[in-house]
Amino acid sequence: MSKIIGTEEKGGVVIISTEGYLNKDLAIAVMEEATKYIDNGTTNILINLSKSNIVNSIGASIIIELIEKLQEVNGSLSFCELPSIIEKTFKIMGLTKYCDTYENQEAALEQLT
Amino acid sequence: MSEANPTVELKLPIIENMELVATQTSEVVSKHMDLSEEKTSEISMALIEACINAFEHSETKSEIYIHFIISDERLTIKVIDKGKGFDTSNVKIPNIEKKLKSNERKRGWGILLIKELMDSVDFESSTDGTTLTMVKNKINNE
Repeated sequence: MSKIIGTEEKGGVVIISTEGYLNKDLAIAVMEEATKYIDNGTTNILINLSKSNIVNSIGASIIIELIEKLQEVNGSLSFCELPSIIEKTFKIMGLTKYCDTYENQEAALEQLT
Repeated sequence: MSEANPTVELKLPIIENMELVATQTSEVVSKHMDLSEEKTSEISMALIEACINAFEHSETKSEIYIHFIISDERLTIKVIDKGKGFDTSNVKIPNIEKKLKSNERKRGWGILLIKELMDSVDFESSTDGTTLTMVKNKINNE
């Protein structure tokens, strides 16, 4: 129902693309995937949410843990192609104060690489 | 609320991700009411959080009940559980700054999200259970 559909590294940025409900299970999978790269020294993470149309606060809380992990290594977390309801949810929670958001992946990579 | 208001009733078992069944119903109801896409997705998000709260915090072993009450002016949703209830005056407003700078639990956003996404929210809670009533007006600033 929800999963990571791709991970790639471009110019020092790890792009993790998801599909489906950004719930606890998917957020944990994203955290585990990101952690593999962070542990190897790549600390700029971009999450592409174009195929995830809904989130819950448990998933978003795990994203806060990822922000915390990245702060410890002076890394950054960004999002691209956020559906408007996910962007609104992240804004209410205050996540967007700690993450950049981009309209699309190309715009994100242009800025981040 | 008049008895003439059509009501859709749903009974959800406490099973992971079953909140998505509620959102599918709310989308159909929202479409029937001709609510905007933005309002529809806000209702879905609030409903997800209301269901998760009922599933997790009520500690109920039985089902939860959701009533969608349709009127010309608004959609009223009641999420009812038969759990242990909670003190509505004791709900803390979460703060991301505090959560990031401490070992504080990162969760606890549900009620804030519901209040921000809906036009009005009310809780009635006792040791016999909790009823969350949330309203989305059809027209803004009603």
